[in-house]
Amino acid sequence: MEQGNVLEARNITKVYPGGVVANHNVNLEIRRGEIHALVGENGAGKSTLMKMLFGMLAPTEGQIFVEGKEVHFSSSSDAIAAGLGMVHQHFMQVPSMTVAENLILGAETGNALKVDRKEAVRITKELSDKYNLKVEAQEKVEDISLAMRQKLEILKALYRGAHILILDEPTAVLTPQETEELFEQLKLLRENGHTIIFISHKLNEVKALCNRMTILRDGKTMGTYEISDLDEQEISRLMVGRDVSLDIEKEEAKYGKNIFSVKDLIYADSFGKTRLDHVSFSIHQGQILGIAGIDGNGQSELVEAIVGTLRPQHGTITLKGQDITRASVRTRQEAGISHVSEDRMRYGSAPKLSLEDNTISKVYYTDRLKSHGLIDGKKVSEFTNRILKEFLVKYDNSKQTVSELSGGNVQKLIVGREFDYEPDLLIMNQPTRGIDVGAIEFIRKKIVEMRSQQKAILLVSADLSEILSLSDAILVMHEGRIVGYIDDVKSTSENELGLYMLGVKEDSKERIGGAYRE
Amino acid sequence: MSKKFTAIRLLCAFAIAMALSIAIILAVSEEPGTAIFNLFIGPLQSKRHFFEVFSSSVPLIFTGLALGLVFKSGNFSMISDACLYIGGVVTAAIAIEIALPAGVHPVVIMIAAAAVGGLIGSIPALLKVYFHTNELVTSLMLNYVFYYLGIYTITKFLADREAGAFASRKYASTAVLPGILSGTNFHAGYLIAIAVVILLYLLVFKTKFGYEIRVSGSNPQFAKYSGINTSRVIILTQVVAGAVAGLGGAVEQMGMYQRFNWQDSPSYAWDGVIIAILSGNNPKMVPFAAFFLAYIRVGADLMSRRSDVQNELVSIIQAVLILFVTAERFMAGWKQRQEAKKALGGEV
Repeated sequence: MEQGNVLEARNITKVYPGGVVANHNVNLEIRRGEIHALVGENGAGKSTLMKMLFGMLAPTEGQIFVEGKEVHFSSSSDAIAAGLGMVHQHFMQVPSMTVAENLILGAETGNALKVDRKEAVRITKELSDKYNLKVEAQEKVEDISLAMRQKLEILKALYRGAHILILDEPTAVLTPQETEELFEQLKLLRENGHTIIFISHKLNEVKALCNRMTILRDGKTMGTYEISDLDEQEISRLMVGRDVSLDIEKEEAKYGKNIFSVKDLIYADSFGKTRLDHVSFSIHQGQILGIAGIDGNGQSELVEAIVGTLRPQHGTITLKGQDITRASVRTRQEAGISHVSEDRMRYGSAPKLSLEDNTISKVYYTDRLKSHGLIDGKKVSEFTNRILKEFLVKYDNSKQTVSELSGGNVQKLIVGREFDYEPDLLIMNQPTRGIDVGAIEFIRKKIVEMRSQQKAILLVSADLSEILSLSDAILVMHEGRIVGYIDDVKSTSENELGLYMLGVKEDSKERIGGAYRE
Repeated sequence: MSKKFTAIRLLCAFAIAMALSIAIILAVSEEPGTAIFNLFIGPLQSKRHFFEVFSSSVPLIFTGLALGLVFKSGNFSMISDACLYIGGVVTAAIAIEIALPAGVHPVVIMIAAAAVGGLIGSIPALLKVYFHTNELVTSLMLNYVFYYLGIYTITKFLADREAGAFASRKYASTAVLPGILSGTNFHAGYLIAIAVVILLYLLVFKTKFGYEIRVSGSNPQFAKYSGINTSRVIILTQVVAGAVAGLGGAVEQMGMYQRFNWQDSPSYAWDGVIIAILSGNNPKMVPFAAFFLAYIRVGADLMSRRSDVQNELVSIIQAVLILFVTAERFMAGWKQRQEAKKALGGEV
């Protein structure tokens, strides 16, 4: 083992139940005091590798060394004891407890009978000052921003003595401004002697922050490089194996009729918290209306109100002149709304059922799949195979279960199903979240194709580059309200959107009102 | 791979259950040879015993279908127990109190029992949909309510005062299901059970309602987003399941009894749980699972009559089977090694 490697993985192989090879003879060497990027497409095996390093998964084969000694972690507490800390994409926090309480959770201050909360607050403040990670120790986690929750997550790892930090796509939930701030803090940690593994697929971020990087593709290591040795083009070729262009070509917008509008939508959840605050806008045929915003600022509720799984307390929703505010989900579908939901495994599919069962979910009750009054297996297979082929889904046979497909292929199946029944309004909620570049490219092209066919499209996405490259107009949501309306997309930038998303910038009422037309 | 694996896993579970029961017999019995022979081969020795396996699998098929359907929809109502019991009580009432011509009498009884069964089956479902109660809890409690209601009805209105024990008066001779094979108790009820198997198979896999049951049971959130009325699915599924169990009560009474004497609930619903699990909630596999369970029970009866081993041994076999069939990690390691080997092209 080379001198100075704090963490090393040698010939790691991981096969998941079901026979998916997520890592194949992967090698990784992390030097002391560096920020090391682990890059690769979604599905390349980055998260799998990190979970094995952190003791959450056992490798099928291979060895892991910490400080030159081979380790066998049977759980993440072993990894923590060995000095590792992980910041997950989904924060592991209790929302109803304070920041300080979350920080000490599992390693409490005080004695067996009583938690010393004062001490917890003191420790939080001390750590927060030391590493310049500003958090409000006595606020409840549910009341703080995602950026602060992330800082808390880093502090939690530091409090537990981590000197090797693993950050799994930490910038996915941040605005450009917050990302910059995070990078400064990570650099400070590096100066303090910490080692950081930074998982990402955003190459500009990797270039701005890291010393070295290891590239993964299809579960295999494509090599470790000094950041300065490769340009973005070369990295992307190593990551994907071919040239991909995410620059979407789209023709000049030709707006048709104004076919969909929501007016003055108000929704408060069961805790009385306002999630939608006087939201109004309209969409034209042939228009892609993008909705930007940090996750959890009312986008999900807006989509649910439109597709019919949530009842707003006030406001109207109109499609083609028909008031559908109180209509059932099925009625709305039949009126012409299709919906790609934000979580494909929870809302968009039944993972344990077959591809067939998942593909026919919008047409199973119609006559087109029946003969002699019963659902005809042959027609179901034909229908399914046609859609899956058209949408380039990689599969063995239409009877296998959805859980056996990769994320990108599940998403293509869902998009295929939703586009197939000739809708007038497409609700695309995070259509390309967490899928491989090839699938992203394909789905974006299909969305633009639907725009050419004069469909009205609502695109909700946390990915600002997606919003900017696809939308004809953009609304920005902050705390349930629309705070920005941009009808000339070319004139704006990720940075400007970021300011709206943070609530720093807000358009005038008149300007936002322009998003709604009678 | 997955189907083959399920089969291998089931076979291993059977083998372990068998091996364990043989080991127990060897440990406790003075005449282990006789005991083991009768347990496994006993039912094959005579026509009468072999067909007894079929006739005693009839109520198991009905409750297995009912429970399998409820489980498939993602619910856990045990109300089938009450449905079957009250189905029997309805049978007794109509068979004793109403005179109808042969041929018509059983049909009327079956329709009435199924209707009452469906009605009872709907109660836990309605409570769940409208009051968000847990259907397992309400169904288990309601089972007692309906069981005592049944006892009351029989004792108050239909009891035979001359009989020394709890029993109703004799059923009219028109209210019976004909035997099919003389010298055995194999009766037409088995054919009815098989017909219901076919109907339910078609319902689950070939109709839009069946699709809704499967989707709601597999992922209710996805069902909701697909525009499926999940409340309607919960209620209708349990009505159908209740009707099947009620029908099972009628068929069992008319096929096997001349008077109603279920002083204890026969608790076929719990056997139904076993059948549903063994059949993977697939109606097609229910008759086979029911045949197996009936076979070891008839075998165990013969064993206890002809040797010194008690038929409670059956409970051990059942328990071991259920344990290994439902234990998700059982043989998962083996499966994963096979998969890893295949995926890596034999490098492991």
